[in-house]
Amino acid sequence: MATLEIRDLHVSVNVPSGETQEILRGVDLTVKQGETHAIMGPNGSGKSTLAYSIAGHPKYTVTSGEVLLDGEDVLAMKVDERARAGLFLAMQYPVEVPGVSVSNFLRTAATAIRGEAPKLRLWVKEMKEAMAELHMDPTFAERNVNEGFSGGEKKRHEILQLELLKPKIAILDETDSGLDVDALRVVSQGVNRVREAGTTGTLLITHYTRILRYIQPDYVHVFVGGRIVEEGGPELADRLEAEGYERYVAGAGPAVAAEAVVGESPAP
Amino acid sequence: MAEQNSPGGVTAGSIAVHERGVPLAGPGTGRKTPDARPPAIESRDVDDFAPVAGREEDWRFTPVKAIRGLLDGTAIADGDISIAWDAPDGVTITRVGADDKRIGSAALPADRAAAVALAKSEGALLISIPADLVVDKAITVSVKGSGGTAYGHLVIDVAHGARATVVLDHAGSGTFSAGVEAVVGDSAHLTLISLQDWEDGSTHLGQHSALVGRDASFKAAHVTLGGSVVRLTPRVRYSGPGGDAELLGLYFADEGQHLEHRTLIDHQAAHCKSRVTYKGALQGKSARTVWIGDVVIGAEAIGTDTYELNRNLLLSDGARADSVPNLEILTGEVIGAGHASTTGRFDDDQLFYLQSRGIPADDARRMVVRAFFAEVIQKIGLPDLEERLLAAVDAELAGASA
Ligand SMILES: Nc1ncnc2c1ncn2[C@@H]1O[C@H](COP(=O)(O)OP(=O)(O)O)[C@@H](O)[C@H]1O
Ligand SMILES: [Mg+2]
Repeated sequence: MATLEIRDLHVSVNVPSGETQEILRGVDLTVKQGETHAIMGPNGSGKSTLAYSIAGHPKYTVTSGEVLLDGEDVLAMKVDERARAGLFLAMQYPVEVPGVSVSNFLRTAATAIRGEAPKLRLWVKEMKEAMAELHMDPTFAERNVNEGFSGGEKKRHEILQLELLKPKIAILDETDSGLDVDALRVVSQGVNRVREAGTTGTLLITHYTRILRYIQPDYVHVFVGGRIVEEGGPELADRLEAEGYERYVAGAGPAVAAEAVVGESPAP
Repeated sequence: MAEQNSPGGVTAGSIAVHERGVPLAGPGTGRKTPDARPPAIESRDVDDFAPVAGREEDWRFTPVKAIRGLLDGTAIADGDISIAWDAPDGVTITRVGADDKRIGSAALPADRAAAVALAKSEGALLISIPADLVVDKAITVSVKGSGGTAYGHLVIDVAHGARATVVLDHAGSGTFSAGVEAVVGDSAHLTLISLQDWEDGSTHLGQHSALVGRDASFKAAHVTLGGSVVRLTPRVRYSGPGGDAELLGLYFADEGQHLEHRTLIDHQAAHCKSRVTYKGALQGKSARTVWIGDVVIGAEAIGTDTYELNRNLLLSDGARADSVPNLEILTGEVIGAGHASTTGRFDDDQLFYLQSRGIPADDARRMVVRAFFAEVIQKIGLPDLEERLLAAVDAELAGASA
């Protein structure tokens, strides 16, 4: 059974002033195939930093800690090697790639992940069916990757990749943001199809509890100031819905200093 | 690609609109007076052009020291450059003497290097396509250098109603300074492809002029990949209304290469159209490219429709792309006149996105660069050439990153 283990992860970024700023301050988390974990935290708490660091974005420097996928050192792998090892990141802000069509992109990615080019006829069928389930127009395949896509189209396109690439571990970074209710339902159904297959562990990053009505997490982690400050089951999400993040925010560290309110820092 | 200009990308441009103006002189203008822009001399006589110091507007980007002999005529034609061609049925290709009246019929030399080249060329190679002949097969002229200096001149005469494609294939090594003239007759069409695939250390200068007839169309594609100093000046004029010209360019500069293209579209006839699309990639610290896009719309050129675009992709630090569109409009009655110029860095986020889907870095770079050039390659519209160009771009990328 595939397992992603994150141990005491510290991550910094270079800020424009030339200094480095520590964003992740000791993250511990284990995600197993078939499980769904929700990471919930306020803006600026470092959720995307966690997602990008696992995927290997060059902007982020891991200063200490480990990330292991089935015991293999993920941090020693290149970005593409991590993806081929079974990691997938649905991005909060997917990137435009002018001149590269969706169909070319998807087939190149599927070829890389699967280790061989899918048979053309079967591939076309597979892609068409996956697109139809996400209510995407077939002409979408001929458009350039993320170029001129609406917010909803970008997120559907991310989930389309999730369904086609079938990773061991999927990290979904604010897949719910910017979606209307219909789009949120369609996208959530896509995530649930992948979860039901039972072969993917899901790390669902979100600011709001809204998406959790459609995707039931097994575990909820509250993420503040670059680390996990509380963990629990689905009921924790309900409490966050009612109470917000305020009680966690005080003393959480520089990343949330602007939002800090008076109070005591909870023991993680 | 980032749409803003990055360090290493230098864009300066202008749009000048005048109430009144005097058009350029020369064939196709019907005028002998040069316009307001000072260096608009056109002549066969080398001495009509002042010696080049290097600071002149026309030469300020060019490494003039490296081409001194081609500017002052002291470079002796000692070169061993072979020129081979094949002529499809109905097309004649012959050598003509320096006094042949077709030489200079599209345009006279517009700078000192072009005047030197014409003076030294001892006649020209003439490709004649008779009226109304449609030539399906491309007419190929292969220029292959084996060291030394050579001058040359080529005239392509497409009579009215004819259609043809000419591919000029430059390869090998040496120093080559040669003019190309194309006279596209009324209602005729010419596609002219000029490939510069020289070996390192080679130099190539050339004025490539077209005179586009009434309701005629002309498409040129300049593809410059190899050579240490390449400076080409594609120029278009119209001899009647209704003409359509498209200038395409693709260049890829590595370490130590200076690749310069200066296009001029001189709209003096009414209801003509022009499109200029040049794209370049630069890799290597001292890679250098220059694109200057001049468009002049004369007072009588009502109904003109023009657009020019230059995009550069900087693949490494230290490379420098100059990009200068200039639009000079002397009539108020144009359909459209615009330009765009951007120089962007290779976008690390694009690379990350593709890699995060399992695509290895080299493949991802290739996808992005192929995509960048695809627009221009598709516009060339020759399927046979398309694959060759994409492969050449791949090879440049692989060679440069090795
Ligand atoms: N590339 C970066 N450069 C500088 N600061 C960054 C960068 N990425 C993130 N940060 C900072 O790190 C903190 C966490 O950001 P992020 O991980 O995007 O949070 P979240 O996804 O939880 O909203 C913020 O204060 C943000 O300004
Ligand atoms: Mg975020």
